[in-house]
Amino acid sequence: MAVTTPPLAATAAADVSPTAFWRLKGFPLIPVMILLFIAFVAVFADVLAPHDPQVGSLARRFRPPFWQEGGSMTYLLGTDHVGRDVLSRLIFGARVSMIVGITAVLVAGGIGTLLGIVSGYLGGWADQVVMRITDTWLALPALTFAIFLAAIVGPSELNIIVILGLVYWTRYARVIRGEVLSLKQREFVRLAIVAGCSKRVIMWRHILPNVINSAVVLATLMLGVVIVTEASLSFLGVGVPPPKPAWGLMMADGKKGLMVGYWWLTVLPGLCIMLMVLSANLLGDWLRVKLDPQLRQL
Amino acid sequence: MSSQPLLSLENLSAHYVSQQGARVVRAVDDVTLSLEAGGTLGIVGESGSGKSTLALTILRLLPPAARIVSGRMMFEGENLLDKSDAEMRRVRGKRIAMILQDPMASLNPLFSIGNQVGEPLRVHEGASRASAWQRAVGLLKSVRIASPETRVSQFPHEMSGGMRQRIVGAIGISCEPRLLIADEPTTSLDLTIQAQYLNLLRDLQREHGLALIFITHNLGIVAKMCDQLAVMYAGRVVEQGPVSRIFSAPAHPYTRALLGSIPRMTDNREHLTAIDGQPPDLAALPPGCAFAPRCPMALARCRAEAPPECAVDEGRTARCWLAVPDADAKVELKRSTVA
Repeated sequence: MAVTTPPLAATAAADVSPTAFWRLKGFPLIPVMILLFIAFVAVFADVLAPHDPQVGSLARRFRPPFWQEGGSMTYLLGTDHVGRDVLSRLIFGARVSMIVGITAVLVAGGIGTLLGIVSGYLGGWADQVVMRITDTWLALPALTFAIFLAAIVGPSELNIIVILGLVYWTRYARVIRGEVLSLKQREFVRLAIVAGCSKRVIMWRHILPNVINSAVVLATLMLGVVIVTEASLSFLGVGVPPPKPAWGLMMADGKKGLMVGYWWLTVLPGLCIMLMVLSANLLGDWLRVKLDPQLRQL
Repeated sequence: MSSQPLLSLENLSAHYVSQQGARVVRAVDDVTLSLEAGGTLGIVGESGSGKSTLALTILRLLPPAARIVSGRMMFEGENLLDKSDAEMRRVRGKRIAMILQDPMASLNPLFSIGNQVGEPLRVHEGASRASAWQRAVGLLKSVRIASPETRVSQFPHEMSGGMRQRIVGAIGISCEPRLLIADEPTTSLDLTIQAQYLNLLRDLQREHGLALIFITHNLGIVAKMCDQLAVMYAGRVVEQGPVSRIFSAPAHPYTRALLGSIPRMTDNREHLTAIDGQPPDLAALPPGCAFAPRCPMALARCRAEAPPECAVDEGRTARCWLAVPDADAKVELKRSTVA
């Protein structure tokens, strides 16, 4: 990328070094702000939500958002079919999405990174076993597989996290294994072998730190996938059980109202999901290019 | 000479065997070598002559397709081939250390110098983080790194190639090994840095009473560094003995050809002297001497029968029919015609 001469105004404020500038070039400011905002809302949901998200009153069901006729400032984004405040539910829904999304990605990343390193570094039958399982896993459609698992263990927030972790670890295993295969040919790994380090020490000290970059990139990209899957499961009724406010669940509850004009019940949570997934993906794309150019073809 | 050697390899063979066992590559074949404590052994040979495989064999780090098929490796009175994997791990880096070819890639980019120099101490001697760090500073000083106190907390990318190779040297000597194997340690360095590094290795060797195996294809380095030399060709040691005697009167035609192919400042030859032909396919060696097809002095017998390892003079052996003492008249005749 050609470095263009900065305009005079920019040179005047030259305490930003060129490397720092380059590092932040193309930084996805808006997506990161959206994610931070959602995270903030999720953390402080109790303080921010104007009403109890789980208690409604049938007397005030299907109130529209404030700017529409019949809306009020008390229920800014309207109420749902049992009179619960939509805004409060969206706020608490952010918490569900964040918790499920992040922990599921951590579970998937933990299992996948571990197995990817072991399979890539040890090779032989360990590699064969892990990779054949991975092939089988990837051949199953993720959502169907998740529904199947959810049907077995029953829906709960914890189960959803475990299920998503189990469904998505294979993507990590594949990518990390590939990285490890090239890493283990590097001289510093060979030097460690020659210096008498055990396999465990080498995997932990020399391989793991060198694949963390890729794992982080994958995690941000997987965050979007996992959130969409969680929303889909909740929408289908095998995800987060009601009355807990999850965005997917809100869409499912509101879908009958869509045809008769209660658009806010589906459009608003849908918008939240879209914004969050889009932001996670944009951040992931940027990180991918910044941290590891070799992953571009992923 | 009278005491037991530090390392002695006896009829050691390591072969790569293809999965069906159809192809056998004799990467190291019937090698007998010995090295005194504190001595320096140079191993020279063309690419693919089995030098590096020999080094990996000593450390028992051959790739899975290769196995040691016969022989003994006595190191400080113990046969390394009898050791379990866990015992071997305690030998590597602690009693036998190794320096690899590429110093630029030998250090983990994510850890500080002190961390990496101290790693063998922590692995082998269970040193605490702090004491390993302290000793790393001392080790850096001993490999002549300026201001080791600041360098120790820096990272590999902040060092030049020569410095990194010295750091790799420091890792090598960290646990006070008895034997250091250096596999072409200076190939990727500038000539001036090479000379510095070789001097450093020699000083370290003297200070620590270290035995050194120097794998190289540079005969100049052998002349500078080593007192014993083994010339490898097609997985076998074709000639070995004291460097000075091999250089002044090579017994094997291959050694002679190697020495003859070194260009000299005083030469006014138009072309560089080369050895005609290619090294043989190690999976399909000729029945006789492996060098016979390229040898200017080959006899009919050389093509039919592999020569044994025989003594040329005190402490020197060669695998060549021309060096066999009870050489028949034909050999004498051939030798006189060549001369």
